Amino acid sequence: MQNRRETLKQSAVVAGLLATAGFPQFAHAAFNKAAFDAKSVQDAAKAAGATSLTESKDVTIIGPDIAENGAVVPLGASTALPGVKQLLIMVEKNPSALVAMFYVTESVDANFSTRAKMGQSSDVYAVAIMNDGKALWAKKEVKVTLGGCGG
Amino acid sequence: MNKASSLAMATALALSTVPALAQKTASQGIDEYRAMLQDGNPADLFEAKGEDLWKKARGPKNASLEKCDLGKGPGVVKGAFVELPKYFADTQRMQDLESRLVTCMETLQGFNAAEISKTAFGRGEMANVTALATWVAAESKGMKFNLSQSHTQEKTFYEVGKRLFFQRGGSHDFSCASCHGEEGKRIRLQDLPILTKNPGDGVGFAAWPAYRVSNGQMWSMQLRLNDCYRQQRFPYPGFGSDATVALSTYLGVNAKGAASVAPAIKR
Amino acid sequence: MADPMRIRAQAAGDKATVRVLMSHEMETGQRKDASGKTVPAWFIQEVTAKLNGKDVFSAEWGPAVSKNPFLQFAVKGAKAGDKIAVTWKDNKGDTRTDEATVS
Repeated sequence: MQNRRETLKQSAVVAGLLATAGFPQFAHAAFNKAAFDAKSVQDAAKAAGATSLTESKDVTIIGPDIAENGAVVPLGASTALPGVKQLLIMVEKNPSALVAMFYVTESVDANFSTRAKMGQSSDVYAVAIMNDGKALWAKKEVKVTLGGCGG
Repeated sequence: MNKASSLAMATALALSTVPALAQKTASQGIDEYRAMLQDGNPADLFEAKGEDLWKKARGPKNASLEKCDLGKGPGVVKGAFVELPKYFADTQRMQDLESRLVTCMETLQGFNAAEISKTAFGRGEMANVTALATWVAAESKGMKFNLSQSHTQEKTFYEVGKRLFFQRGGSHDFSCASCHGEEGKRIRLQDLPILTKNPGDGVGFAAWPAYRVSNGQMWSMQLRLNDCYRQQRFPYPGFGSDATVALSTYLGVNAKGAASVAPAIKR
Repeated sequence: MADPMRIRAQAAGDKATVRVLMSHEMETGQRKDASGKTVPAWFIQEVTAKLNGKDVFSAEWGPAVSKNPFLQFAVKGAKAGDKIAVTWKDNKGDTRTDEATVS
């Protein structure tokens, strides 16, 4: 268990690393608390900088139809569109919709996968926020079952 | 990307673009879900820890486990998992992987075996035993089970294990066979393999240790048996006890020829 | 110090697929423990990666990301022998960096 001194020392080290790293192309501010606290998909997208929300066939959300356990649900977001600033993964019915926000740079594909906790069956969204602020989304339903006592 | 995960990804992609696949069975849906998790099993984290623990000098004797004999000679890890439990001449008893690891931790590193055996799963040195078991199992991944039945004790423990498997008791009058004694049984959405015979590659005995996503824990075979007993409303026979080793012997011998997929990923 | 990550980076064509497993509890702050007390939120907030020392990847995570998180992304212009370094930072200020070689 870390004590306060160690935590402060580590934070200082991290802050120092970040300062020297520069993160030139990452123009975003520190952790976007507003986006992650937002309850709905729309509010989270807005807090992340979206000025509009439109469904689009050019954005892809990948996930299972049924998740045996809501603790670990594999979700992926991708798009082949140029000019994307961020790709967001959201679970509509979670206490806060936003799960993860990926910054798209010229060094990475706009294609990210992770695993999310889902409290219940819900639509899951991939939202691509473009450089001009317009956001495009795709969704799919993921059924969550707690499953039984077995294996 | 390896072939299995490419296939899983392709399957997932194909399914996400096909609109009306509504008639897929729940079982198929769950199979797809499990396939999507195959690549990137958090058990890898425990495997890495286990390998580290095997090679690191630890304990009062400040020694590593690299001379531990898991049944194929000191330090031989590959292939050991699929031959356990077996009879060990030095301890003159039948031992499974975890009890054998604890024996080595005592004799080579100076830890107290009784203390470790009493420690709750997931804590202290018991957590290390689980990590070690995960790595040792991983070193035999894909190999086929081939438990020895040449020593008298090995044959006896098989028979004892079989009796225990069918023994009913506890407040619910359950036995292992209540859940694992017939084809086609399931609890809610989990298929229950029949364990009175070879359930096939990567099933039952061949699937533990496993990472359980529901609680984010790494479960060894001893913990799996512990939890089965808990669900049957039985008291747990004790870590590394003859009863648990006998059951493992029964399951392991039945699984002869089945390929191990441990460490697996489970609900 | 948190347990190490498992990083695999595989080159194919002009990019490398990076897969990471991180060891972290990812507590949402909504769970109650056995005694009824709320377990405080403790989760990775920021993940970044460098290719041969150059920033290539950045993400922000919330507590809904699963325990022992998995991450997959593809880095352009990576080839076998290159170094990928992944860093995570959590809401308590803990951080961890691990490196792998692209195969």
